[in-house]
Amino acid sequence: MQILLNWLDTLPGAVSQGLVWGIMAIGLYITYKVLDIADLTVDGSITTGAAVCTVMVTNGENIILAMLCAVIAGMLAGMLTGLLHTLLGIPAILAGILTQLMLWSVNLIVMDGRANIALSRLKYGDKVLISSGASDIYVTLGILAAIVIVIVLLLYWFFGTELGMSLRATGNNLDMSRAQGINTNFTKVFGLALSNGVVALAGSLLAQQQGSADINMGRGAIVIGLAAVIVGEALFQKKTTNFAIRLLFVVCGAIIYWLVFQTVIFLGLPSEYLKMLSASVVAIFLGLPYLKTRLGLKKKKTEGKTNA
Amino acid sequence: MLEIKNISKTFNSGTINEKKVLSNVSLTLEDGDFVTVIGGNGAGKSTILNLVAGVYPVDEGKIIIDGNDVTKLPEHKRAAFIGRVFQDPRMGTASDMWVEENMSIADSRGHRRGVRWAITSKDRERFREQLKLLDLGLENRLTTKMGLLSGGQRQAITLLMATLKRPKLLLLDEHTAALDPKTAAKVLEITDRLVKENSLTALMVTHNMKDAIAYGNRLIMMNAGKVILDVRGEEKKNLTIEALLEMFTKASGAEFASDRALLS
Ligand SMILES: Nc1ncnc2c1ncn2[C@@H]1O[C@H](COP(=O)(O)OP(=O)(O)O)[C@@H](O)[C@H]1O
Ligand SMILES: [Mg+2]
Repeated sequence: MQILLNWLDTLPGAVSQGLVWGIMAIGLYITYKVLDIADLTVDGSITTGAAVCTVMVTNGENIILAMLCAVIAGMLAGMLTGLLHTLLGIPAILAGILTQLMLWSVNLIVMDGRANIALSRLKYGDKVLISSGASDIYVTLGILAAIVIVIVLLLYWFFGTELGMSLRATGNNLDMSRAQGINTNFTKVFGLALSNGVVALAGSLLAQQQGSADINMGRGAIVIGLAAVIVGEALFQKKTTNFAIRLLFVVCGAIIYWLVFQTVIFLGLPSEYLKMLSASVVAIFLGLPYLKTRLGLKKKKTEGKTNA
Repeated sequence: MLEIKNISKTFNSGTINEKKVLSNVSLTLEDGDFVTVIGGNGAGKSTILNLVAGVYPVDEGKIIIDGNDVTKLPEHKRAAFIGRVFQDPRMGTASDMWVEENMSIADSRGHRRGVRWAITSKDRERFREQLKLLDLGLENRLTTKMGLLSGGQRQAITLLMATLKRPKLLLLDEHTAALDPKTAAKVLEITDRLVKENSLTALMVTHNMKDAIAYGNRLIMMNAGKVILDVRGEEKKNLTIEALLEMFTKASGAEFASDRALLS
């Protein structure tokens, strides 16, 4: 019984983490699902968001301004990846890796050479938006949920506009997009900037939630984000085509991911296995559609025979 | 309306795969010309259309649309003047987007796409009216994913999309080749109607000699990167497949090489 209660105690924290990573996953969704680009910039830009926000707040700046600057920094990072990809013709994956590496230096410079900068509510009073303390967990959950809803509504609106449509078309069919007069280089850069802006926002929240910015905090972020996107899509697949609801499913995916994660830790799995676990889960889910089409192809062939 | 002046194109130039596809091709289309284009496989028909559309740049020569020199313009900028339909029905539309979303994207062709809400109820009504004219029952499927429609339905919608914003030039590259004969006939009929109603200037590549004779006011035949025949008006109306084949042999000094063209 006590064990059950202890386990229940870990859940609000897991949901809170799920919400922050849900925002990150929404950012990833824009590149991975909408633009059809696997963007590795995010491992760097999430840290950039955390670093910019933390440094500004510890220097006494307003938290909202700090988060806004984090978003802008993330957008610049995404834009750089986009320009490397479209102007220099570097494959998107490689362009993302290059930016990510550059961001490592940038982040260290922003953090003044330190690998870790503390940012706790206790120390800075009301200077942060969400708290790392367990006592304020329900306030934190409320604020995070509100942020998620605002982001989802904003993106829902944006992808319903002419510009948003042109981004979706770019990810869907490049030939058609160009034939319809869409500057696909522009839409790709725009989408990458937008995506990394959202990811950096998640980074700024992550720093507040953890109570620190850490130079290594973005390592493997793309895998966690992908896991959220994949879990969200898999669990709620085909229920709706409404974009806003799909984004909410992605956030649910992130929450489920962290609930499972917390439970596995609670059950005593040593934490060094966790990244292995995440990557394996993502690998399996990414591989499933391929395996399905291979099996599906075989099915079709036999169908063809019976028809003939 | 369209002036193609001495264009040349060589693919993979300087490599072992070098392929000279067009050399010094010139062609002028008058306003309202509906030109059908025939020719053997690899004659360079698609290459000409792609060069006009800006899919890749010309090596030499000029392309002028309605007085605008577009030779240096990128593909997406030329799209302001050009409507296109491709051979592959999947190529002309976004499969994961709805019918009305695809049409809305076409509706914005030629103007800057801003943060205006893309589909108003007025737009939707207009799209519905247009779809109704196709007579394929698509007016009730505005929120169907494009990918769920048949090849013929997709080509018909792509045609609508290409002409929704009246283009100065309509480029059709074997746009019925992937369809079954009945659907192909229907899509051709829609093509003809749209071209006439909007008095469009059009270039239509086809592998079907009968269609090439039946549609349009002018016919050109290509072989090995050259225009070897250009007939219009009465002379075109009186063409027969036999006469075309004979002209091909005379002009090119070879038998018409495409089995597909003979069969249809
Ligand atoms: N992008 C390309 N790269 C290399 N060769 C090409 C390319 N596009 C077309 N070709 C070659 O140019 C020739 C003409 O092609 P195309 O214009 O498609 O002929 P068609 O008249 O059948 O439409 C063919 O030999 C083709 O292989
Ligand atoms: Mg061709």
